[in-house]
Amino acid sequence: MSSKIKRNVLKSMIIGVLAYMGAVGVPQPAQAEYADVVINNYADAAGMRPAVFPHWFHRIRFRCKVCHADLGFAFKAGGNKITMAKIIDGKFCGACHNGEISWSVENCAMCHSGNPGTPTHFHGSTVQRLIAPAYKPLQANDTKK
Amino acid sequence: MNQKTKAISFSCAVLMAAFMWNAQSHATEVGDKAAPLMLAEVSGPNTFNLNLKKPKSRNLPPAEDGIHDPENEATHSLQHPLEAYKGLPTSEFGNYVDWVKALDQGKLRPRWDRADPNEEPFVMDLDIVRPVKASVPDVVFPHRQHTEWLFCSNCHPAIFKPQRLANQISMSAILLGQKCGVCHGKVSFPVETKTCRKCHSKPKPADWQPPLSEATLKNPWK
Ligand code: HEC
Ligand code: HEC
Ligand code: HEC
Ligand code: HEC
Ligand code: HEC
Ligand code: HEC
Repeated sequence: MSSKIKRNVLKSMIIGVLAYMGAVGVPQPAQAEYADVVINNYADAAGMRPAVFPHWFHRIRFRCKVCHADLGFAFKAGGNKITMAKIIDGKFCGACHNGEISWSVENCAMCHSGNPGTPTHFHGSTVQRLIAPAYKPLQANDTKK
Repeated sequence: MNQKTKAISFSCAVLMAAFMWNAQSHATEVGDKAAPLMLAEVSGPNTFNLNLKKPKSRNLPPAEDGIHDPENEATHSLQHPLEAYKGLPTSEFGNYVDWVKALDQGKLRPRWDRADPNEEPFVMDLDIVRPVKASVPDVVFPHRQHTEWLFCSNCHPAIFKPQRLANQISMSAILLGQKCGVCHGKVSFPVETKTCRKCHSKPKPADWQPPLSEATLKNPWK
């Protein structure tokens, strides 16, 4: 093979691979807005899409204090064990999504808008972007072998 | 090249690739050692950036962001972040919005109370300087910017004892999501090269030298 033909073969291989990827669809890593939270403790199991909570949208309207001090949302994705029963009792999202401060709870699909099967996670967090786990220094009490 | 030859060479390319793939796996089956490795095979594991993944685009609309389901009709009623961020001061990280400046410049007025739009936040202006042993500038923790958004009970006492230098803080704890890392790297600005100096903001004295490690001081071959 002349080097020109070789180069062409290489080129067609690359094009072929690209065409294949385009056709089959390679899963794209999520590019969601920083601090979007997917909450999926129960939704999937009940046949609903996971809930997506956008921090950016809410922090334009409320300080963190409203949710994380007054309404008692703990700083932990999935950690508040939110259910619809609690929401219609006026807790968590239901403190506002009640037809008074914000639109009411019958707009299921506005909150339940996540891709089915997406696990609970916090989008864009530094911890998740680390290539290797963060270095964990020895604590004074775990020197024993 | 005109359209037709383009189309032909494209389908040839696909066929060729499939053929090469077949031939290649066959060659390995019979253990053909004479065939030299092709550039494509060698360079696979040697791609220039093995670990660096650059975000391709910022502030995508919900239907394209990979976590919202575009099949869900309501997804298309959700707001596009860029529409909301129009006119806000920008930054180079996180949401690419400078949330502190947005408040300071009066561009945003998020509520401090769920229902009452006129309630004012309880702001406390107290800087805490935390000297750092390493060569990076010392850390200044500003209460002002924090109490614009948060209440004392969001940090005290669960995350920090309210006493200067009573808390042990390190970068590894922060990167593991503890201490400052409870919020920074999650909702408040992330921890990356472009943000180091936001926390490490007090320059060291001009004559400051990094302390030498024990091993260097005791080095017998010195
Ligand atoms: C304001 C946002 C919001 C709205 C509106 C909403 N949900 Fe939910 N829903 C949530 C959140 C958050 C969860 C917790 C998700 C999880 O952990 O899986 C949840 C959980 C659920 C669950 C699983 C847990 C449970 O309670 O059994 C079901 C089923 C559910 N929602 C159905 C609905 C239906 C049906 C509607 C419309 C009538 C609706 N939701 C409207 C936010 C909402
Ligand atoms: C409208 C309510 C609301 C506002 C305002 C709000 N948050 Fe949240 N926050 C939430 C919800 C909901 C969650 C997810 C909780 C869950 O999944 O149980 C959350 C989770 C978090 C977490 C947990 C991250 C983890 O490690 O899993 C942090 C940190 C956080 N928020 C910080 C903030 C900060 C800082 C602000 C202000 C800039 C803020 N939040 C404003 C509702 C809010
Ligand atoms: C402190 C009050 C408050 C709480 C708590 C709250 N929301 Fe909201 N939310 C709002 C307001 C206000 C809006 C804007 C309403 C409007 O556009 O009329 C909104 C809008 C939304 C939107 C639509 C965003 C868009 O692009 O238009 C979603 C989705 C949403 N909330 C989900 C949630 C979920 C999920 C929870 C609970 C985990 C929650 N919210 C808790 C006040 C709240
Ligand atoms: C974002 C988290 C955060 C919030 C919110 C916060 N603090 Fe602090 N506070 C800190 C940190 C960090 C320190 C320094 C602790 C250290 O150096 O070990 C501190 C220190 C203090 C100290 C000790 C000062 C000294 O000189 O010893 C007091 C008092 C205090 N805070 C009061 C408050 C009050 C009052 C509020 C509410 C208006 C508040 N803090 C809100 C994080 C916070
Ligand atoms: C409870 C959540 C929380 C904790 C814990 C926290 N921060 Fe913040 N911090 C915020 C929020 C919210 C802002 C506002 C800016 C933003 O969201 O990016 C902020 C802003 C800042 C700013 C101001 C940046 C500016 O542009 O003026 C500095 C500096 C800072 N944080 C340092 C720290 C340090 C150092 C610690 C640990 C000692 C810490 N923070 C812990 C939530 C937190
Ligand atoms: C959210 C605020 C914050 C950000 C962002 C931040 N640091 Fe730190 N850093 C701290 C605090 C707080 C300490 C502990 C200071 C002390 O000892 O009291 C620290 C300590 C350090 C130390 C001393 C060793 C240690 O772990 O205690 C180094 C080195 C360091 N930081 C480097 C960096 C670099 C590099 C970056 C940028 C990638 C960075 N920091 C970003 C808050 C921050």
